[in-house]
Amino acid sequence: MPANFSHFLSVLGQGAGVTVELTVGGIIVATIDAFLCGIILSRSRLRILRFVVRVYVEGWRGSSELVQLFWVSLAAPTLIGFKLVPLWAGILVIGLNIGAYGSEIVRGALNAVPREQREGAVALSLGPWQQLRKVLLPQAVVEMIPPFNTLFIQLIQATALASLINVSDITYQGKQILEPIASQGQFTLILTIMLVMYLILSLILTGIMRLAELAAARWAGRPPRPVPLRLWARPAAPSAGVGGPS
Amino acid sequence: MTGWDWGVASAAFPLMLKGLAVTAEATVLGSCLAFVLGLILTLLRLSRVPVLAQVTWAFVEFVRDTPLLVQLYFVFFSFPVTLGIKMSPLMTGVVTLGVHYAAYTSDTYRAGIQAIPRGQWEAARALSLPRHRVWLSVVLPQAIRRSVPSLGNYLISMFKDTPILLTVGVLEMVGQAEQAGAANYSYVEPFTIAGFLFLVLSYPSSILVRRLERYVGPR
Amino acid sequence: MSDPGNAPVAAPVGTDEKITFSKVAKRFGPKVVLQDLDLNVKVGERVTLIGPSGSGKTTILRLLMGLEQVTSGTIRVDGEYFSHMERRGKLVPASEKHLRLARRRIGMVFQQYNLFPNMTVLRNITEAPVRVLGKSRADAEARARELLAMVGLEDCEGHRPHQLSGGMQQRVAIARALAMQPEVLLLDEVTAALDPELIGGVLNVLREIAATTDITMLIVTHEMRFAQDISDRVLMFDGGQVVEEAAPGKLFSDPDHERTRQFLSAVLEKT
Repeated sequence: MPANFSHFLSVLGQGAGVTVELTVGGIIVATIDAFLCGIILSRSRLRILRFVVRVYVEGWRGSSELVQLFWVSLAAPTLIGFKLVPLWAGILVIGLNIGAYGSEIVRGALNAVPREQREGAVALSLGPWQQLRKVLLPQAVVEMIPPFNTLFIQLIQATALASLINVSDITYQGKQILEPIASQGQFTLILTIMLVMYLILSLILTGIMRLAELAAARWAGRPPRPVPLRLWARPAAPSAGVGGPS
Repeated sequence: MTGWDWGVASAAFPLMLKGLAVTAEATVLGSCLAFVLGLILTLLRLSRVPVLAQVTWAFVEFVRDTPLLVQLYFVFFSFPVTLGIKMSPLMTGVVTLGVHYAAYTSDTYRAGIQAIPRGQWEAARALSLPRHRVWLSVVLPQAIRRSVPSLGNYLISMFKDTPILLTVGVLEMVGQAEQAGAANYSYVEPFTIAGFLFLVLSYPSSILVRRLERYVGPR
Repeated sequence: MSDPGNAPVAAPVGTDEKITFSKVAKRFGPKVVLQDLDLNVKVGERVTLIGPSGSGKTTILRLLMGLEQVTSGTIRVDGEYFSHMERRGKLVPASEKHLRLARRRIGMVFQQYNLFPNMTVLRNITEAPVRVLGKSRADAEARARELLAMVGLEDCEGHRPHQLSGGMQQRVAIARALAMQPEVLLLDEVTAALDPELIGGVLNVLREIAATTDITMLIVTHEMRFAQDISDRVLMFDGGQVVEEAAPGKLFSDPDHERTRQFLSAVLEKT
């Protein structure tokens, strides 16, 4: 084992804490954004409101995430007069970008609740808010979790971009120790540790999402489904998550 | 403080268009690689050699679970040392994008192959077609046709990922924007233009893909 | 009256009329489902609608629940407009808010039960009384337990819908509709999705309700024996119009119309 291994590990480990902060913050922002926009897109009867939200969502999805990061950290300060702390800028941009994709997941899952369920709620005179909270969301959330899992894995990957606006995450720390190293033989070691750290984060996230899916299934009143043996079993192709409005 | 300066914008714009050509080049080459390599990965995963299938599966999962940016660094820093492969920054980017997205497209092809009705396989077997004929003339044409919209989405996605190539010194559109911004002490105009260009190019494309979905949809 | 958009005020309605359809038409695109339908149901009356599928029976119930909007004509409940509302002396289609208030008098049991899978049986029954009628949870639960006992499911209050058989689910759905104390109960082919051996239990519950309450009922069913037992009047529908209407004894034993005779023999053949 190379002598520098533990040194690399401790430097990258400091970055890992920041990457986790970016991830958790981003997931919180993305989830709030996704539910707000998705519920409006699916349920609001105000056409103008739906249109405005649609434009907002397509704007975030249609543009490049790195450009959005640069814009908020380099361009926005000259316009608004103060600079966001890089970590917060990263959380905000990554969260809102991923949240825009998430809004399609929320909208789709709400629309996929069987029409009979909505009619059952209407026949009992439940109001729109009660229909949403008591009937639609509990049944829709369980459907949202697998695609959200894929999306949050993408979020972890996107956090690496924050290193380019000077957030000292795993990637930033790695780049810092890569550059002054004389012996190029250790490039591979450092980069492999970085990749493995991200892999571990992704696996932990997927495990948490599996548990969330089981809880949501119980909330939805689904008969419990067998847990796949592979903890990281995910839906094959990322459907709603990746790539443009689909 | 200062608002929008048309002078800065018009100075940056021609450079950014030049960068856009590089962006387009990276996207086109990268997606060609992703489409071909993805298919190869799919076939390896379906191969009957057990270890090969599992190693391919692990590789695909690994690529999908780690950041594109770090993968780019890996190819840029580590490939020349360990594999002795030296590539230009642009080629480094193309290879990284291509391999990263191949992990995603391989899932698309696989879903396309799994969606082929059993009757098709049975009919092919009933005609005693040799195995490679079954794949080449029956399975793959149908699977790829079904995969086209999804591949289109990945192409758009890759297009929006190209700016990371600036980190290894490729002067694509956003790299040009950054340089123009640094030269003029104002990032508002170049980055706004960059964001806008991505939007006007990718949004119509994604509408096109949605049309395509209806067109190739299940017959 | 032919054009409800300009009808200034309600046409006179008999005091004992619960439900009044006036020249109601319903089209889905080019498809005509109901045509110039006039239909009155008296307070406490049990009316059964029979006829081939696609004849518009279910649409009548859905219009009355406010799940669909009339294309033309008006629906009144207790003489008050249901499908429409008056605004500045003119009739306009009912807003969602108007419908939500008007719906409280009406309960519905669906073919597919439509129980909420995310709630226990008890919660399914109490949710609307608590949220919509503002009852206390304790009162609502006490009432729900009475209703569950009535439908023979007192042991199931903590179950989830998917743990129950279709017949049990449908009996819960009946209890859920009754918990809102509706003045009108709509039964939309409530046994059509059930296995044959489960149908009897559900029908017996409904017979019991018919015998012990004075709720007005509008029933769509293919169970002719049940229809005969329970109804005061039977309407034979075909092509969006009433072909024949009579007391059940008369209609089932000696129908006037050839179409009714054909339909009845086809249905009875099946069972």
